[in-house]
Amino acid sequence: MTVAGWLQIAAVFGAVLVAAWPLGHYMARVFQGEGTWGTRYIQPVERVFYKLAGVNTAKEQTWLAYTLAMLAFNGVGFLSLYALMRMQAVLPLNPKEFAGVAPDLAYNTAVSFVTNTNWQAYSGETTMGHLVQMAGLTVHNFLSAATGIALAIAVTRAFARSSVTTLGNFWVDMTRATLYVLLPLSVLLAALFALSGVPQTLSAGIDVTTLEGVKQTISLGPVASQEAIKQLGTNGGGFFNANSAHPFENPNAWSNMLSIWSMLLVSSALTFTFGRMVGDIRQGTVLLIAMWALLIVAVGVEYQAETAGNPLLVQAGLDAVGGNMEGKEVRFGQAMTAMYVAVTTGLSCGAVNAMHNSLTPLGGLVPLFLIQLGEILPGGTGSGLYGMLVMAVLTVFIAGLMVGRTPEYLGKKIEAREMKLAMLAVLVLPLAILGFTAVAAMLPKALESLANSGPRGLTELLYAYSSATGNNGSAFAGLNANTPWFNTTLGISMMLGRFAYVIPVMAIAGSLAAKKKVAPSPGTFPTRGVLFIGLLIGVILILGGLQYFPALALGPIVEHFLMHAGKTF
Amino acid sequence: MSKATSPPLFDKALVRQAIVDAFIKLSPTKLVRNPVMFVTGVVAALVTLLFVRDLSMHRDGLLFTGQIAVWLWFTVLFANFAEAIAEGRGKAQADALRRTRSDTPAKLMLHPDDSRDDPWEAKNAFELQVGDVVLVEAGDTIPADGEVLEGIASVNESAVTGESAPVIRESGGDRSAVTGGTVVLSDWIKVRVTAAAGSSFLDRMIALVEGAERQKTPNELALSILLSGMTLIFLIAVTTLWGFAGYSGTVLSVTVLVALLVTLIPTTIGGLLSAIGIAGMDRLVRFNVVATSGRAVEAAGDVDVLLLDKTGTITYGNRLATEFIPAPGITATDVAAAALLSSIADETPEGRSIVALAKSAYGQTEPATSAGKAHFVPFSAQTRISGIDVGGRSIRKGAVDAVLKGVGTTMADAPRAFREAVETISRSGGTPLAVAEGNKLLGVIHLKDVVKPDIKQRFAALRAMGIRTVMVTGDNPITAAAIASEAGVDDYIAEATPQDKLAYIKAEQAKGRLVAMCGDGTNDAPALAQADVGVAMQTGTQAAREAGNMVDLDSNPTKLIEVTEIGKQLLMTRGSLTTFSIANDVAKYFAIIPALFLVTYPELSALNVMHLGTPQSAILSAVIFNALIIISLIPLALKGIAYRPVGAAALLRRNLLIYGVGGLLVPFIGIKIIDVIVTALHLA
Repeated sequence: MTVAGWLQIAAVFGAVLVAAWPLGHYMARVFQGEGTWGTRYIQPVERVFYKLAGVNTAKEQTWLAYTLAMLAFNGVGFLSLYALMRMQAVLPLNPKEFAGVAPDLAYNTAVSFVTNTNWQAYSGETTMGHLVQMAGLTVHNFLSAATGIALAIAVTRAFARSSVTTLGNFWVDMTRATLYVLLPLSVLLAALFALSGVPQTLSAGIDVTTLEGVKQTISLGPVASQEAIKQLGTNGGGFFNANSAHPFENPNAWSNMLSIWSMLLVSSALTFTFGRMVGDIRQGTVLLIAMWALLIVAVGVEYQAETAGNPLLVQAGLDAVGGNMEGKEVRFGQAMTAMYVAVTTGLSCGAVNAMHNSLTPLGGLVPLFLIQLGEILPGGTGSGLYGMLVMAVLTVFIAGLMVGRTPEYLGKKIEAREMKLAMLAVLVLPLAILGFTAVAAMLPKALESLANSGPRGLTELLYAYSSATGNNGSAFAGLNANTPWFNTTLGISMMLGRFAYVIPVMAIAGSLAAKKKVAPSPGTFPTRGVLFIGLLIGVILILGGLQYFPALALGPIVEHFLMHAGKTF
Repeated sequence: MSKATSPPLFDKALVRQAIVDAFIKLSPTKLVRNPVMFVTGVVAALVTLLFVRDLSMHRDGLLFTGQIAVWLWFTVLFANFAEAIAEGRGKAQADALRRTRSDTPAKLMLHPDDSRDDPWEAKNAFELQVGDVVLVEAGDTIPADGEVLEGIASVNESAVTGESAPVIRESGGDRSAVTGGTVVLSDWIKVRVTAAAGSSFLDRMIALVEGAERQKTPNELALSILLSGMTLIFLIAVTTLWGFAGYSGTVLSVTVLVALLVTLIPTTIGGLLSAIGIAGMDRLVRFNVVATSGRAVEAAGDVDVLLLDKTGTITYGNRLATEFIPAPGITATDVAAAALLSSIADETPEGRSIVALAKSAYGQTEPATSAGKAHFVPFSAQTRISGIDVGGRSIRKGAVDAVLKGVGTTMADAPRAFREAVETISRSGGTPLAVAEGNKLLGVIHLKDVVKPDIKQRFAALRAMGIRTVMVTGDNPITAAAIASEAGVDDYIAEATPQDKLAYIKAEQAKGRLVAMCGDGTNDAPALAQADVGVAMQTGTQAAREAGNMVDLDSNPTKLIEVTEIGKQLLMTRGSLTTFSIANDVAKYFAIIPALFLVTYPELSALNVMHLGTPQSAILSAVIFNALIIISLIPLALKGIAYRPVGAAALLRRNLLIYGVGGLLVPFIGIKIIDVIVTALHLA
């Protein structure tokens, strides 16, 4: 680790903070229907959409109506995306004339993009034509992120309001998230990416003759625009298979920092939106501090593990200075790779700028564990906030009793109904992650897909199901996931992780919104101080993470000790 | 106030009964009420079956499997024991109450509208219906809760209050309610039964402390859901571990997986949860307060606003002497001496306070007067004067105009300083008493409503806990304001009517606050019903007692404060033990995980930070610790954790340090110690 490395890390976090603060306030204004600088230009467009769709903007929805609208919208999105992929051979804008996508892969990919996972069991440049990339995948990069924001806003309203049955209007929130937040930011970001050297063209690629005299096709496409929303919406599905390690997606140190910054931006800003909407900005700030505290520790562990490198190679006289550079891009360096790895998994983004399978055991443990904690550090666009709020509710429930009052969070009593729903939500993650991994670990057919044996192989499996369930989408690699078994089970994991999680969360929101907001007093459990941050972190680690400890012990942890004992796999 | 009397935690007879009950509670139908313990019981049975199988097939590792099975059963039994002992303590209280009302005869009036001498029929108390009218004469036990229709009687209510002084019960007004099981000492009353046998006040109280009718309170239910959810999560983690282990080339036995499961699921709090609830209810009963539901006890912990009656709670209720102001030409000491002498035989609280003040503040000593030489003039409503004639001196004290008349003057002719003193006292809400000797006016005694000395600190403590205190008084606003500021309450309602109270409660509730109050009159009933915690006085009317959700058997309004504290203590105990239980899991992983995979991955022994002897001893020690921690925390669960009236932040810091950090560290130490013992005894 170097001082310069830490300064780079600090600079990116600082830049995020500077932008997230105004963005958070801006989003609060947008979703509370207050005027902003863009209203004048965007509102006419917005009205056209409502008119076309017949949406009555004044009519708010109950939690159930809101959730059903979200599910219907995503269902239609899934079907249309599936159809688009299956039929791409007969559709235009397919310069490389790719065939229709296989059913299991199309299913997996459609689920993946609808759930904001962007797990890619395919190689983009050799499977998907421009139409699928632009009208299908990129559109869903926007819509899935906007869905996340809308849900987070609905949950936020549950805490902000008192004794009401409605949480807002899904169609309005969805439209505003897209038009007021994601689109303008994406345009700006695409321009910045293009400036830093990311290509933006509709041509298929360039045929060149290499120095060896071999003909090679260098794939091109509308990369900058897709890159923008991929990072911003914590999607992570790259235009190229190599994702952000590819020189066209992420050409230099500057674009790399821009990538990390844009990943962190919206999720971080939403905590301020939350604080502002519940009428106490500090309530949002403490959530952000808890998220970032764990994230920064993760960056540190990652950075340390990778710069320490592999002792076996060090003993062999290799790699002593740079640490473990296998699978990393020299242009990013250790610090910015470590930060990228931690952020992309703390965030459910899943874009990668290094080969995660080449990380040291502990270096691989960090992203895996961050995903398993529930993608809340600071988590996916929107989904991070509502996931964190579930943790906050659990924290308040467990620790809140210690001050001698029945638990309340932001003036809302947390009672049996909320606990029932919260437990339903948090059960989904271990069920899908551990359940599917355990089955796959015993299934010879599944094991054929593994590149490595021993603990590393187990890590590859665990990572795949964690990534899918957490809607992260990054791959540890080393696992050939494009098989019917993995396409199907990973698809199910993605749906469970998104919808089976958010439905109970929305039910909690409905139940909380209906409750009276209790005025705070000195006897109220304090949720705006250091103690609460510490407790929240404790609950995230113990309640959110402890159940994965046995699995992790048999994967990356034992591999770490084995590596130091001189065994490799 | 009868202080909370607490029997020893582990009375021999109670423990014996609790041990028996612990086994009875192993019945699956009883165990299923507690999901965590049910799971523990099921896996204990499973391991026992495996042990029997291994025994019949002469397999290896019998000692290990057998010991695990035994300790798993102990875990369940300890939890059952905790619940049984809590119930037993409640039962002991209830049995004493029950004795008072078995087979009570009743005299059912056949024509209730006629006079007392009408015929009645002998019935058993159990046969009475609501609306029946019974005659209760001197020496009879009142057969059921009811309302006095006719007559007046003195009643011994010590069966429910513990107070032996009889009380008057008469028809109409606020003293018309009688309680089944109490005894009429003199005269007779006709009582209309208001509660059928089995649902009377006493029955409800017995049912609550016995636990027979006990239902989970709302927060207890929510916590059970959390614990069940955690049990499921760890069930997933342990079941899938079997798959991961298979992949890694380790075959894990069911016994070790069960051991891991049971140590991870929250058995500590799961085992103590109901004991904590019962003990909280029991603590309330020991304070002579009966709650009609467990929900009310929890609500007491959440109270934001306390409506307190001024008289008896904030002030002593009696006017006490605070100052002697001399007339011109007289010293204060002289006034004090004369006042003391005149009050020697005055046994009223006012008289006693005059004696006390003269002695303490004016250095007077009681003169040696014998009853023979002195002639005492008692106070009468006609003269409004009392006094003493002794050794040729004739001292009188009493109402100012009456005393002035006695010395042959009027207020207008009295010295100016005297007049001013009298006016000042009246204006401040106090009462002036004039003192004269013969024809000479000596001065004036200032009697005032004295605020209890420690009440201000108490209110400050309540404020720190986030509870606002509101004084309710019939005094005029000026007097009320003076006392309110002296007592340090946050707000007051002067010239309060029951409607004012009701309106105040509704306004506070609209702001999202929970309100507690106490009351006794029938006209308090709407407010008692409206309040989130309504404590009715035992001496109050039946209507008031029905409206409230608690009844104070001592009729002491100060207890509202204790009631909130008991509610808070109950919730704190629950929260702290939950935190402790969850924090314990970290150490158990470090004990068991390396032990499970020592054969496949000896390198994992790096995680064996406690340096436990062998894999078997590590697993066994964790299971033993898990069982023993339940039994060692029973006293804490029954007594409740130490309570301090400080703010939420300070409470949290303190409890988090003890139960959170302690919960992380204690098992590391405990498991290590047990492991040393287990290894030394060659148990594994």
